[in-house]
Amino acid sequence: MCLAIPGQVLEIVDEPNRLARVDVAGVKRNVSVALLDDDDGGVGPGDWVLIHVGFAISKVDEDEAAATLKLLEEMGTEYEQELDELKGSAIE
Amino acid sequence: MKFVEEFRDAELGAALAAQILSLLEPDRHYKLMEICGGHTHAIYRYGIDDLLPDEVEMVHGPGCPVCVIPMGRVDDGIAIAGHEGTILACFGDMMRVPGSERTLLEAKAAGADVRVVYSPLDALRIARENPDREVVFFAIGFETTAPSTALTMMRARDEALANFSCFCNHVAIVPPLQALLALPDLSLDGFVGPGHVATVVGARPFDFIPAEHGKPFVVSGFEPLDILQAIEMLLRQLAEGRREVENQYRRVVPAEGNPVALKAMGEVFELRESFEWRGLGEIPRSAFKLTAAFAAHDAELRYELPGRSVADPEACQCGEVLKGAIKPWECKVFGTACTPEHAIGTCMVSPEGACAAYYNYGRFAREGTPA
Repeated sequence: MCLAIPGQVLEIVDEPNRLARVDVAGVKRNVSVALLDDDDGGVGPGDWVLIHVGFAISKVDEDEAAATLKLLEEMGTEYEQELDELKGSAIE
Repeated sequence: MKFVEEFRDAELGAALAAQILSLLEPDRHYKLMEICGGHTHAIYRYGIDDLLPDEVEMVHGPGCPVCVIPMGRVDDGIAIAGHEGTILACFGDMMRVPGSERTLLEAKAAGADVRVVYSPLDALRIARENPDREVVFFAIGFETTAPSTALTMMRARDEALANFSCFCNHVAIVPPLQALLALPDLSLDGFVGPGHVATVVGARPFDFIPAEHGKPFVVSGFEPLDILQAIEMLLRQLAEGRREVENQYRRVVPAEGNPVALKAMGEVFELRESFEWRGLGEIPRSAFKLTAAFAAHDAELRYELPGRSVADPEACQCGEVLKGAIKPWECKVFGTACTPEHAIGTCMVSPEGACAAYYNYGRFAREGTPA
């Protein structure tokens, strides 16, 4: 649960609850983007975010996301476990 | 230098290693603490400790949320899961953490309904899907994770989800650092600061470390180059006689933290008078509980809990490891009676624990076989 994994926002699926569909290494799930709400409307489709326990905790650029993903892939088992747990997630 | 090739920019890695060497004062030994378990993991994974000169020693801090949970709280979680009709939802990392008699995994095997969830919001969904069952979320984590629980509790309240509650074990990062700095026999020269916690709390809460203790503090990212650069920045401060909080991870960490997250935490949580930390003992105002406004969703009020303080097994030296007083391999049971498969102590359970990280990546190098 300690990892923060990068994903790309596909669409906002629940506006009142600030839930977004994200793509994390091909796994598409819902996460909350409520923590990144700011005066500019927060994150939207196309943005890259770091995701921790189903919540986007920071916005990053595409290069940072790619570098973080590479690092996680090298990590092996823990990253795979995190992805498996993400696959089991169904946030509504 | 054998690991430099793996870095994102090998040239920059080699340059940083050379810089570090040039900043050392003759005959001085440097002891730097990385606080976050993610950093500990990366240091062993990428052999950063092998890359550093012998004069620079990395010690591992208390920043693994799984590792600092005392056995008594695991027992409490197992007691909750033992109630007829209750579903206990927790992160996968908690399943193998030893309680005084057994783990959550063993409790599950014995018939308790314990479910691994990816997110507190998944625990909330389980509560919606099981209106006739009690669903308790076993919340752990530092300020990185606490805002997620806070927003989840606000949704539970807004949806009037009466069968959902939280067993709150969220902890704060600053109090254990204060406790460590108060130890008489621990001489540290500086800190590699936790990057993800700082995305929430910002860099300012750490100002007391240079101001009151005269030690440099550099918030760091998680790539090997980030950590190497943070170490270089710490040594540069020491060489130049500066003592400041610096932010190496500026591309992700804003100086002021995340105001939305801090506001949510402020609404849902308040500090406990005291909380027991594994290995560090009771630390005042170091952990969060739900405020009275969320009493209806507070598992500690809903369930009668054993609430016992349980001493660690005698053989276990997690406390000394968490304080940075000994290295993982100096523990009597490291790699023999205590392994990731059959852990005695929490530092061997979590992949971010110093012992597990060392067991997985470091032990061969230490035994003299080239890694």
